[in-house]
This record gives sequence, C-alpha cells and structure tokens, in this order.
Amino acid sequence: MSAGRRVFLRMAGRAAVATAAGAALGCAAGLPRRHRLGIAIDVRRCIAAGGCRACIDACHRAHNVPDIRDVRHEVKWIWKEPFERAFAAEDAETITSALRGQPVPVFCNHCDNPPCVRVCPARATWARDDGLVTIDAHRCIGCRYCVAACPYGSRSFNWIDPRPFVAEPMVRYPTRTRGVVEKCNLCEERLADGKLPACVEACPERAMVFGDLADPASDVRRVIDERYAIRRKPELGTRPQLFYVI
Amino acid sequence: MFEKALVGGRGYWAWITALLAVACAGAWAYGAQLETGLGVTGLSRDITWGLYIAQFTFLVGVAASAVMVVLPYYLHDYALFGRITILGEFLAITAVVMCGLFIVIDMGQPSRVLNVLLHPAPSSMMFWDMTALGGYLALNIVITRVTLEAERNGSAPPRWIRPVILLSIPWAISIHTVTAFLYNGLPGRSFWLTAMLVPRFLASAFAAGPALLILLCLVLRRWWPLRIAREAIASVALIVAYATAAHVFFILLEVFTAFYSQVPEHVRHFTYLYAGLDGHAALVPWMWVSAALALAALGLLVVPGTRRRESTLAAACAAVVGSIWIDKGLGLIVGGLVPSPLGAVADYVPTTREILITAGVWAIGAAMVTAFFKITAGVRSAHR
Repeated sequence: MSAGRRVFLRMAGRAAVATAAGAALGCAAGLPRRHRLGIAIDVRRCIAAGGCRACIDACHRAHNVPDIRDVRHEVKWIWKEPFERAFAAEDAETITSALRGQPVPVFCNHCDNPPCVRVCPARATWARDDGLVTIDAHRCIGCRYCVAACPYGSRSFNWIDPRPFVAEPMVRYPTRTRGVVEKCNLCEERLADGKLPACVEACPERAMVFGDLADPASDVRRVIDERYAIRRKPELGTRPQLFYVI
Repeated sequence: MFEKALVGGRGYWAWITALLAVACAGAWAYGAQLETGLGVTGLSRDITWGLYIAQFTFLVGVAASAVMVVLPYYLHDYALFGRITILGEFLAITAVVMCGLFIVIDMGQPSRVLNVLLHPAPSSMMFWDMTALGGYLALNIVITRVTLEAERNGSAPPRWIRPVILLSIPWAISIHTVTAFLYNGLPGRSFWLTAMLVPRFLASAFAAGPALLILLCLVLRRWWPLRIAREAIASVALIVAYATAAHVFFILLEVFTAFYSQVPEHVRHFTYLYAGLDGHAALVPWMWVSAALALAALGLLVVPGTRRRESTLAAACAAVVGSIWIDKGLGLIVGGLVPSPLGAVADYVPTTREILITAGVWAIGAAMVTAFFKITAGVRSAHR
C-alpha cells in the first residue's frame, strides 16, 4: 500500500516537473502558432503604380492617424521608404535598377517574435494568438521602450495632442491622446467584421495579399511559395510576417 | 534626526532657498510639459529618449557606486571608511530618488505609472529595473537610519543590520546591471547590443559616483564637521583612478571592435558621435570634450602627487564626473538611437524647458544631499 503510494507520488512529482519544464521550454522556444496573420506585398506591382498613396490614405483615414507635418512629431502607421532603406542598406549594388531608390510600403511587421511586446513594462502591447501585435492605448504609460525595441521604426509616439491634426475623425475608431505609442494594428477592428485590412482593400494594383501564413492553402502562403520573397532584417530573429515579393 | 537639517546659518538657508527656487522653476516647466505633452522637449520620432533618460542612466550609476565605500568597510573591515560610508549611502538614496523623478518625467502618461504594478511584466527589463531600484532605495533608507542612529547614541549598530548591509552589496551591482540590460537586450540597436555595456556601466559608475562623493566631502567639510580623514579621501581617490582607467579602457575596446571589424552597423554610431554623419554633428564637440576630460583626469589620478594634493584631486574628480556625464548621458543614449533603424540621421538638442526641468530635479537632489550631509555633521558635532 505504502509502496504504491510512494510510486504514485514519485510519478506525480515527475509529471509535475515534466509539465513545468515543458511549459517553460514551450514559452522560451515559442511553439508555432496555429494561425499566423501576415501580408505579402508584390513590390514590383506597387512600384509600377508610381506615387500611389491609396494604402496610406485608407489606413490613416480609417484609424484617425493625425496628419502632423513636423517630421519630429509625425505619427505614421504605413508609409513608403526607398527600397535600400527598407532592405539591404549595405548591399545596394546587388539591387536591380528596377528596385533601386524605389518607394516600398513599410509598416508594423507583426513579428512572430516581437521585441516590442517583450519589453513593454505594462503589458500594454501584446501578440494575439493569431500573431497580430496590438496596443491598448489606454494602458500605455508612454515610456517608449517599445519604440527603442522595434528594429523597424514602426512605432510612433504622440509627442503632442494628435486630435487637432485629424481632419475628419472616423467615429468608428478611437482617436488617441498625447503621450501614448501607436502603430499599425493590422486592422483588427476590420478583421473582426470579416473585412480585409484597409491597405489591402484600397490597393488599386492588388499588390497586397493578406491571410493566414500557417495555412498552406491560403493565398498569402501560395504567393510566397511560388515567388521569391524577402523580409526586413530577418537576421534579428524577430520573424516578421510581412513578406516582400520581389 | 531630521531636525539637524533645520539648524543652519544664513549661508545654509540661502543655499537651500536657491535650490528650492530652481526646483520650483523646474516644476513650473514640468507643468507646461504635462499640459502640452513631451512635444515641448527636443525629442522626436527617431530620437525618442534624451536628456531625462540620460540623467536616469547616469544617476543609477551614482547610486550603485555607494558599494565602492560600503564593500571595503563592511566586507574587509576597512576602518578608514567608517565615516564616509554613510555619506555614500545618502548619495545613493538621493540618486535613486532622482532616477525615479526622471523616469516619471519622461513618461508620456505619468498618471498611469501604477500600470507597471497592476500589470507586472517580468519579461520587461523595466520591471526588473523598477524592482531593483525600489529595493535598493528601501535597503539604503533602513541602513542609513539604523547606522546613523547608532552613531548618534555612540553605540554599535544592531547585529541584524549587518546581513542587510551585505545584501546591499550585490544589490548595488544588480541595479546597474539591469539598467544596462534595458539597452543591451534590444535587437537592431547595435550600439547597445553588446555585453560590454554592463562592465562599461559599472566602471563608469564606480568612477563618477565616488568622484562625486569626494567633491561633496571636500566642499562640505569646510563648513561642517564631517570628520572624514584625509586618508579616507585618498583611498576613495585610488578607487576613482582604477575605475576611470577601466572606463577609458572599455571605451577603447568598443572602438577597436567597431573600427577593426568595420561592420557598418557598429561603425556608424561611433562615426556619428565623434565625427558626425550626413552633416549632423551636434554631439561631436561634446564627445571630444568628454574624451579630453577623461584623459586629463586619468593623468591627474594616476600620478600619485596630483592624486594626493586636494586641489588637483578636486579638478580630476570634476573632470571624471563631467566626462562620464557627457559620455553616459548624451553620448550613450542619443548615440544608440542615431542613426535610426531606417538609417535616418538627425540631431537632438534639448529645449530650454527640458533643461529647466532637468535642472529642477538636480536642485532637488542637491537639496537632499545637503540635508543628509548636514544631518550627519549634526550627529557628529553633538557626539564627540
């Protein structure tokens, strides 16, 4: 009887240790997500559209992003950067002339391993189960640690009250106050309504494909499987979920 | 014992009044910042941390440096430090309070500061920094209170305080280690992304903190009976000499790694700081002044004659504090953020309001140190 109990206790103890270790390892190694939202951007199609701002305007209007002209205080969710600023700054000579100096859209990469989330001292920014990285603007204390942690410059801080700089406030989405950080939220409010992200929907060239990267049958997965795609600073281990098809 | 800080001559009260006036001016400027946001500072989308976080970083070092007098006295029974140890601890308390003020001042939403406790995030180094600094403050408040009371009563401190003091030794190292972790764990910020940042922080702290302590002792003992032996100051000076040498050596190690490897991401930040980049060179004169001060101080500290003479020692200590204040404050923070992740280069110039707020916090710190030293002197003059 007592031997049986001892065996049971030993087994229970081992199971507890194994579970704890497994949980710890799972957290550290990051078990793959069942769903992983992301976007593939067809860079050449985007460039072919020239100075098109459809995605930027749609996003910034949908989210009441203030139009602050002073570059020091500007807030932006999606914008365009010359190709070699977004990628491979040190290897500009290998970039084909079709891409060199051309503007490409950049925004939050919704990293699978987001450093911004790791550093936030108030848990005001987090990754959802589907990989979407979002912010609670009401919880943000405005310490800007996430801004320092983001290797892509994707986060903006509200240095001044943004509301006077929102021309036509969209009632469906909240405006922000000064002193908090904001960034692309992958249109989580539109996804909840079953719509596509505003940038994807607005693109006249259909250059952006949104979907679940963990689903082998998804459109976004197929695009990446069929054509050569790159990511921004993959060497940092952040696992960006924006893919640039070049 | 606080009543001892309330007795003083006209000069004492004039000094305290002047400090409070600066603190009030700082508070007024902070009111404006609260009203309109951090846009009143020189910070920007790319350079998101500046003067405030720089002061915080420098002052964590000052706080940690108390260990340089605590450790020899309590671990090695180095009796000479008996009367200077408590002053180091008071300086640490002041520095931690100033750190807290600078952190809150730097926040976009200071009223939400308790979110850090309501939603604790152990994955964030800021959480651990807060824990470490809070604990260190509590330890030093208890230690100074108990040991000064014992000194007043002419008795030995109670036995239970010794383990508390011993705990404060690794704790001091931990506050500056975690502060370095705030920066050196960030991917994509190659200027900070080096384990070297931790020893660099410690070396510069152990140089600048004790140098500040020497300056305070040299100045304040002219008026008040702090009863600090010349030899005690000479020993602290030796610590400053070694730490300054280590600090300069560590910077040179960084320079070698960056420029010999020629990895652009590492070279660029140094180029921006010491030569300027893309036509932006706001920090260049500062960095060279810092380098010159460090080398001058090192010369004065290494030569025994100038280290022992109090006038040259004071000059050396002032140079060490100035050099490290520039290097660790302005250079380390801004240099880590420029160029930006997208390669943008911009300059950061603090605004008058930002400088006024900063001066206000320093005035509060100066008033605290003055009061603490006055209390200590009061205890020592009453008890002969």
